[in-house]
Amino acid sequence: MSSEQPFLHHHFHSAAQQSASAKLGMWFFLAQELLFFGGLFVAYAFVRFMYPETMLAAHEYLDVNMGAINTAILITSSLTMALGVRAAQIGDQRQLRLQLLATILLACAFLVVKYFEYSHKIHVGLLPGRLFAADGIAGKPQIFFALYFTMTGLHALHVIAGIFVLGWIYVRAGRGEFSPAYYTPVENAGLYWHLVDLIWIFLFPLLYLVR
Amino acid sequence: MSTTDTIENTGATHSHGSHGHGSYLTSSKGLLSWAFTLDHKRIGLMYLCSVVLFFIVAGVLALGVRLELMTPAGDTFSPDTYNKMFTLHGAIMIFLFIIPSIPASLGNIVLPLMLGAKDVAFPRLNLASFHIYVIGACFLLYSLLAGGIDTGWTFYTPYSSESGTAVVSALLGAFILGFSSILTGMNFMVTIHKLRAPGMSWTKMPLIMWSMYGTGLMQILATPVLAITLLLLVLERTYGIGIFTPSLGGDPVLFQHFFWFYSHPAVYIMILPAMGVISELITVHSQKNIFGYKAIAYSSLAIAVISFLVWGHHMFVSGQSEIASAVFSFLTFAVAVPTAIKVFSWVATLYRGSIVLNTPMLYTLAFLALFTIGGLTGLFLGTLATDVHLHDTYFVVAHFHYVMMGGTFIAFLGGLHHWWPKFTGKQYNEALGRFCAVMIFLGFNVTFFSQFMLGSQGMPRRYHAYDKVSADLLPTFEMWHRTSSIGSFILGSALFIVLFYLLHSLFRGKPAAKNPWGGKTLEWQTESPPITHNFATDPVCEHGPYDFDVIEGADDHHGQAADKRG
Ligand SMILES: [Cu+2]
Repeated sequence: MSSEQPFLHHHFHSAAQQSASAKLGMWFFLAQELLFFGGLFVAYAFVRFMYPETMLAAHEYLDVNMGAINTAILITSSLTMALGVRAAQIGDQRQLRLQLLATILLACAFLVVKYFEYSHKIHVGLLPGRLFAADGIAGKPQIFFALYFTMTGLHALHVIAGIFVLGWIYVRAGRGEFSPAYYTPVENAGLYWHLVDLIWIFLFPLLYLVR
Repeated sequence: MSTTDTIENTGATHSHGSHGHGSYLTSSKGLLSWAFTLDHKRIGLMYLCSVVLFFIVAGVLALGVRLELMTPAGDTFSPDTYNKMFTLHGAIMIFLFIIPSIPASLGNIVLPLMLGAKDVAFPRLNLASFHIYVIGACFLLYSLLAGGIDTGWTFYTPYSSESGTAVVSALLGAFILGFSSILTGMNFMVTIHKLRAPGMSWTKMPLIMWSMYGTGLMQILATPVLAITLLLLVLERTYGIGIFTPSLGGDPVLFQHFFWFYSHPAVYIMILPAMGVISELITVHSQKNIFGYKAIAYSSLAIAVISFLVWGHHMFVSGQSEIASAVFSFLTFAVAVPTAIKVFSWVATLYRGSIVLNTPMLYTLAFLALFTIGGLTGLFLGTLATDVHLHDTYFVVAHFHYVMMGGTFIAFLGGLHHWWPKFTGKQYNEALGRFCAVMIFLGFNVTFFSQFMLGSQGMPRRYHAYDKVSADLLPTFEMWHRTSSIGSFILGSALFIVLFYLLHSLFRGKPAAKNPWGGKTLEWQTESPPITHNFATDPVCEHGPYDFDVIEGADDHHGQAADKRG
């Protein structure tokens, strides 16, 4: 049995059991991620409630266009990711590699945009807490920028982790490890990537589109 | 398909050949074969050694605290040293000992065996969890070497954002340890879902599985909130981001909400596995079917769910709204219901059982007594009016030591003695075992019952000296503090004897039988110590975990399939 299914680990009885386990584990991991960012959203709600005027005034200093471009980039990358999973499902190896590569490139593009945003903020002193060095914003803008950098920074770390995960899946796809009988790693990487995407979809309006 | 050329690449297939059939302890040798093992039993054993080591470190710190309080004046240690000692005692006990104690050490060893599985669902994540634990422990210990921390294990702001001690490394340590805990919880939940032996339905699982499942649920849903809290506190200290510190525009009560949203479920992360252990011990050592299987099973899940809704009971005097306090108080009382269901079911299990008063059973009975006291005094603290008086006194200290030490730690010791023959293959000295169990029970009560007395008289916790107290209270405080300290020395000595005879048994102990207690769960069907692949043939579950009531002789064809191998 195991000679026909090289991917089957010794402690599982069948490929179905293994893939169901891996997927369930992934969902638990995603739940954990949601609660992690959930804490940040509560902190955001607190600041928003305490300093509504500051939030309104300080968010003007974020670049909505760049944020919107990044939103579009991530949504597109979710599409390419989904197409990649589909390709793995039907065993289209070329498409799989192509879509994975596209997803990785879009993730890099997201980081490039983020880099320009961050370097501009750093340049003009719109920084968290004690590092804040700009003036002209009423209230406590240093708290808004603390939230901005913490939330988008942790999200960016997740994007970077995603690039490594997808890169690893890409290498394994290149070795021809995936087939319609075994593509759980592709699926799980996809689930992770969609979550990273989803979090950004909450971050963008909360930070850039305050009303 | 072109799969033949990938066999070497994946490295995923393990030979089912003869090498998996020796004892897991000796199947491969060398330090690296342990440090990088994927075998859940070896990982559990490494966890066991680590948690015992940290228990000793934190226990010695506790003895230091008790030594200081022998006399009213602060004459043994300086106030700063004292603050650092109780902080590290708490932080090490909680993050390095209690949380991983039962699940990651004993649980890792017995959970797959009891399910009839070859391993946990994700052996590599299991190993990663141990490595992460070691890294986290290094951070926490670094703060000990870098001068210690003096914030208390709760890291309350604003003090923790200003204290000049090594807070950041301790915070990072706890942050890292959280991920180790999340990985263990996730792994166990998936293992319970997907790797049960054929025939083992959810209600044929040993009850410890339901506890572990509830624990896993809390580990994956509460721990990430602690992680983000600690991270924000690190940023608060390093960049002054102004979320938790009032002088920067933050709110210290928000920190308390964040902290207790994790740390209340965390006390159930600590106690639920202990409850699971007790369900196993009480049935095996009274040779009787559990009373109220489903009631115990579902109450584990009920506890896990309600535990997320009671965190505000730590903040009755923190300036939280009165309505919120009343609701939290009510919900706290609600947790007592599933807890009481368990206690009553255990006591009912003992009724007309063939009770054997051996070491594991003595610990089980000690658990029932101590945990009940701990649980009931929790209600004093969950009641608004009495909490205002008792908050931050020794009453709280006594309460949580009755629950955490009298509950979790006693169950850990019971479980350790229960499964010791299984995973070491050696029998310990039973007479010494019983003697120590009784001494621990007595020493524990002398130590901590005195603290109930102290707390109800108004002795605050975390005080270095109490010589300035009014003259009419001083003799009372001194008497109870001295009693408590003497108790702690009895407790400490008895624990050292336990350590001694357990280690002694490894070298001089009699070889243990396959099933020394006559247990019905699957782990007793394999060798002691188990073979690397756990079972020589895949076991099939044909009866419930506590079917002690079958008639003699009829037992044969009800036996587990693993028994039938040639
Ligand atoms: Cu609590």
